[in-house]
Amino acid sequence: MLKTLYKIFKTGIVTEPLPQNKTTAFERLGDNCRKIIDARFAGSLAIRQIDAGSCNGCELEIHALNNPFYDIERFGVHFVASPRHADLLLVTGPVSRHMESALITTYNATPDPKLVLAVGDCGACGGEFGCSYACAGAIANVIPVDGIITGCPPTPINLLQGILELLEQKN
Amino acid sequence: MPHKKTHEQFLQLLSTETGFVLDHDLVYERRLKPAATELPNTILLLHLAPQLWQPAAIVANQLQYRFVGIWAQDLSENLELNISLELHGSYLLLRTLIDTSNPNITSFTPYFPAANRLERHTHDMFGINFSDHPDKHRWTRHLAWNEKQYPLRKNFPVASTKAGITPPDNNYPFTHVNGSGVYEIPVGPIHAGIIEPGHFRFQAAGEDVINLEERLGYVHKGIEKIAEGLSAKQLIKLAGRVSGDSTVAHAWAACLALENATNLKIPERALHIRAIMCEHERIANHFGDFAGVCNDVAYTFGCYQLMRLRELWLRLNAQVFGHRLIMDCIIPGGVNVDLNSKNCQAIHQQIISCKQELAELYQLFEENSSFHDRIKTTGILSVEQATQLGVLGYAGRASGHKFDLRHNAPYSPYNKLKIRVPVFNNGDVLARLRVRAQEVLVAFELIAQLLDQLPPGPIQTPWQNPNTTTESIGLIEGWRGEILAFVRINNNGLIERYFPRDPSWFSWPALEQLIHGNIVPDFPVCNKSINGSYSAVDL
Repeated sequence: MLKTLYKIFKTGIVTEPLPQNKTTAFERLGDNCRKIIDARFAGSLAIRQIDAGSCNGCELEIHALNNPFYDIERFGVHFVASPRHADLLLVTGPVSRHMESALITTYNATPDPKLVLAVGDCGACGGEFGCSYACAGAIANVIPVDGIITGCPPTPINLLQGILELLEQKN
Repeated sequence: MPHKKTHEQFLQLLSTETGFVLDHDLVYERRLKPAATELPNTILLLHLAPQLWQPAAIVANQLQYRFVGIWAQDLSENLELNISLELHGSYLLLRTLIDTSNPNITSFTPYFPAANRLERHTHDMFGINFSDHPDKHRWTRHLAWNEKQYPLRKNFPVASTKAGITPPDNNYPFTHVNGSGVYEIPVGPIHAGIIEPGHFRFQAAGEDVINLEERLGYVHKGIEKIAEGLSAKQLIKLAGRVSGDSTVAHAWAACLALENATNLKIPERALHIRAIMCEHERIANHFGDFAGVCNDVAYTFGCYQLMRLRELWLRLNAQVFGHRLIMDCIIPGGVNVDLNSKNCQAIHQQIISCKQELAELYQLFEENSSFHDRIKTTGILSVEQATQLGVLGYAGRASGHKFDLRHNAPYSPYNKLKIRVPVFNNGDVLARLRVRAQEVLVAFELIAQLLDQLPPGPIQTPWQNPNTTTESIGLIEGWRGEILAFVRINNNGLIERYFPRDPSWFSWPALEQLIHGNIVPDFPVCNKSINGSYSAVDL
């Protein structure tokens, strides 16, 4: 146990402040969004992530939001296991036809008012896979979408920025 | 060459067993074009008459070949069926032509259980009926297209012909288990985490799992269909998205297939950089899954330490290769990112600091009895099960199955390096973690050697379309294990067929086996210790 504690103290806190060079207003945006989450979501924004057909690249980067460098929970954002608990659906694509019904069911199971963010180039437009007998393409082809985060896959910083921008836009 | 002898023995036995004379009508041999990139074993291709298919399975089974993969192609009047087998690091490709109007053939599954799902996939995509297959349920097809329609037939359009929303596949005939106190738990397709979709049907009594049946195919994206008609460059972009976590390995395997097919000699420097990328991918994924296993048994300290180390590697990737997951850095003919001395130094330094951290962390993990309590003897895959299912990579190596392409059939640049292959026999979650922990250290050694021996020179050879239709296979040891990519490209430089076989085809059935007798709450940790890709098998 002492060795574990020693390692914890030696590692210290690696959580980073938001980068200031992305946009000049980034810090202000972060502050504003924290305020929005406090005011509109009682301090916590619950996200349900849905893989509607992705290659799993986007999932790896969404996962990284929870690592100690990004620690998205400090902004009041956390991932939940059920759509019933969610304020926002973070959906990766392309929507495979085999996932179409499951995506719609999940969307309907999410209480109103709800937000939907399409993640990744495939979620935005179908990406490399496009529309075919197997794919319905963009998330917006299947459920209403409030915002898009492009990238293949988007980096954790892109994801965080996309979530914050959507909140400000909806405020 | 003992390898060559092995296949001769196969031919002799096949001849003895069947009484067929091995002449031009029934079976003939021709070599796939010898590899430009020094693939040490040229692959022996045997054309067999359909009636020799079953005897071939029996003989291959007797000689203890390993099943590698099965795929087909629609040649309009005929359907061409291919099976790849391996023995002692030497590969054999069996090929037969089936009449499209009467597409029946015997199955390899009775002799090679590993062929089960791949044959069902081949049935769903081509309509080939495997007459003595023990499980004729559909696999890849849900309800996006109709029964008796086959997406990889030439007359099946790429665009959808079905209007409206695809209904859920509610009537799949799952196995049922009856008995006092037996209950069923349906899980998925959407799971309670940031993870790919698939359905698991558990039957349990109390806490113990009696049976698990997997139902995948949810993220079927038509990869094999949309690959048709792409250029070489476009194909590699698509190959990099077969499974995002294996983008380097799949892109490399597809490139190798293209380069073998066209005899393209690629620069030594590019090969070294590809291998460095592939080892980076291995390290990052091993860290990520190790963290996942810790998380699934509530060992938060281990989870966050390893997530931190993974992030450090992804950041190094972004700095050195310009992309955190190293996507789209491998191209036909080489790579599109060079390594300068500053970046080589950065990699060296990261290895040194990471090694020190791991020395501390591995000791803590090994000394933590409550961690061991959860993962020792959990999810055991026996050596026999692993052999029978042809399980590859760390999952196989934790169950005594010492096969690593980099060691058993080394391709350039690994043929110049000495590779240590860690093997354990217990087959439990702990053994799989120990294999992966060791593989990270091996990857450090390999990267250090590759950097030290990094040859000067260009990083690309210009890609040239072939003069005639040509084909080949690329084999790469990805972090999950052996990846096979088959590519056929025509004289216009357009892809006629692409088939990537991810090792997940064999680790998913292994999960169904190793969960028996474990408690339901241990399913996540068992699953994470195997971590099959959904995307790579749903294609």
